[in-house]
Amino acid sequence: MDVTALWLTLRLATCTTAILLVVGVPLAWWLAQTRWSGRVFIEAIVSLPLVLPPTVLGFYILLATSPQSPLGAALESWTGQRLPFTFWGILLASVLGNLPFAVRPFVSAFASVDRRLLEASWCLGEKRIRTFWRVAVPLAWPGVLTGLVLTFAHCIGEFGVVLMVGGNIPGVTRTLSISIYDNVQALDYVAAGQTSFWLVLFSFVVLCFTYTYGRRGGVV
Amino acid sequence: MGQRQQRLVKRGCRAWLGWWVALLCLIGSGCVFEDSTSESPAKSEQQRARATTLVRVAAAADLKFAFEDLITAFAQQHPEIEVQVTYGSSGNFYAQLLQQAPFDLYFSADVSYAQKLVEAGRADPGSLSTYAIGRIVIWVPQDSTIDVERLGVQALLDPAVQKIAIANPQHAPYGRAAESALRSLGVYSAVESRLVFGENIAQAAQYVESGAADVGILALSLALAPAMADKGRYWPVPQDAYPQMEQGCVLIQGASDPGAAQLFQAYVLGTDGQRVLSRFGFQPPGA
Repeated sequence: MDVTALWLTLRLATCTTAILLVVGVPLAWWLAQTRWSGRVFIEAIVSLPLVLPPTVLGFYILLATSPQSPLGAALESWTGQRLPFTFWGILLASVLGNLPFAVRPFVSAFASVDRRLLEASWCLGEKRIRTFWRVAVPLAWPGVLTGLVLTFAHCIGEFGVVLMVGGNIPGVTRTLSISIYDNVQALDYVAAGQTSFWLVLFSFVVLCFTYTYGRRGGVV
Repeated sequence: MGQRQQRLVKRGCRAWLGWWVALLCLIGSGCVFEDSTSESPAKSEQQRARATTLVRVAAAADLKFAFEDLITAFAQQHPEIEVQVTYGSSGNFYAQLLQQAPFDLYFSADVSYAQKLVEAGRADPGSLSTYAIGRIVIWVPQDSTIDVERLGVQALLDPAVQKIAIANPQHAPYGRAAESALRSLGVYSAVESRLVFGENIAQAAQYVESGAADVGILALSLALAPAMADKGRYWPVPQDAYPQMEQGCVLIQGASDPGAAQLFQAYVLGTDGQRVLSRFGFQPPGA
């Protein structure tokens, strides 16, 4: 197995999951609580990567981050780095592509929290933020964890968008799934088979975990 | 304390544990961010022991097997340089290099892509050179019933042929060569509906090697590679049937270590490199 690719993939998945935890939980909490009629648009945007082909996402990310675009130019002058074909580029792609895998379970976890418990907490004089931390989060935690695990696992298997934005550079953007693609083209079926086997095993374990834990949280 | 409350408390503890784990992840990823520009530890330790500079090469997929041999030989002469190659279709690399993909050298299967990079100001004009002439063959697996050596291009018209693998002509020079050979040999319209397109020539080879396609129009260098040589038979397509495949290489502007990259380029163009390439069926430039 390609150790460099494994290490890179784990790094990418960890960073993506961490970012989606920080961004996704508040977003999901808001989506679960708000009665604003426009929320369907936000929900639709969050779920878009589920139905869009990775090529569409990859194409737009390439366009948006290229030095010719205002956004790409601003990012470059600010960070001194160019996003396409770097770890940062595939991280951005992976965060956007995995948004639904994190936010959707989070939303259903928060939505399944008994609203009366939240209201009871508010009536007892607890602040909203404290209610969120002490009542909503503990009750929704299994669902949130499920979302995180799903995100991590999906990220490990991300292929299309990483290939488009990353360009298959060893140690920088060649993740496990891309190294399998490479191995197959090099007719190295043994290496491809080994990596594939471990990915199947890993995904199976993750899904078993999701179904055990997610059921408790009412997510799956 | 009621049962429900107890459960709540228990879940609360679990939640705190969870947030701790999340926090640790964040801290961990913070550290990860800092060294994201450097190589992974597993790799860099190995490298520090052997190589001090890294040359990143974007190479046409027909070089896949030839370059493995060539780089092993180069490493013996220059243990201080590690050559790291990504293989793909020349057209894709061209598009990526225009978008500043971080490669130091570009070995295209079609010199015109390298020329266009120079024109776009992305490559060093002085470094532009032709390193080989590529050839295409019609390839079938060993156990195929088609007698490709005798039939030549007529093999493609055999009723047993359902799928013919070629590289994507839109961005792979070998695909374009295959397409123009099919046209000039007068069989294109007869086989058009049976063509399947690999993303690059190595993928087209994999399609037919695995039996997913019955026949492939491949690079001679792949047909001669150890991984494929004993698995199939081929018929070399006459070179006047398609435009000459001049393969060009160029040094990318802003290479991290231009000196090391030039050393490798010179090695490929030199006698040692050319000997390896000719073993894989490439003709020397100007031949």
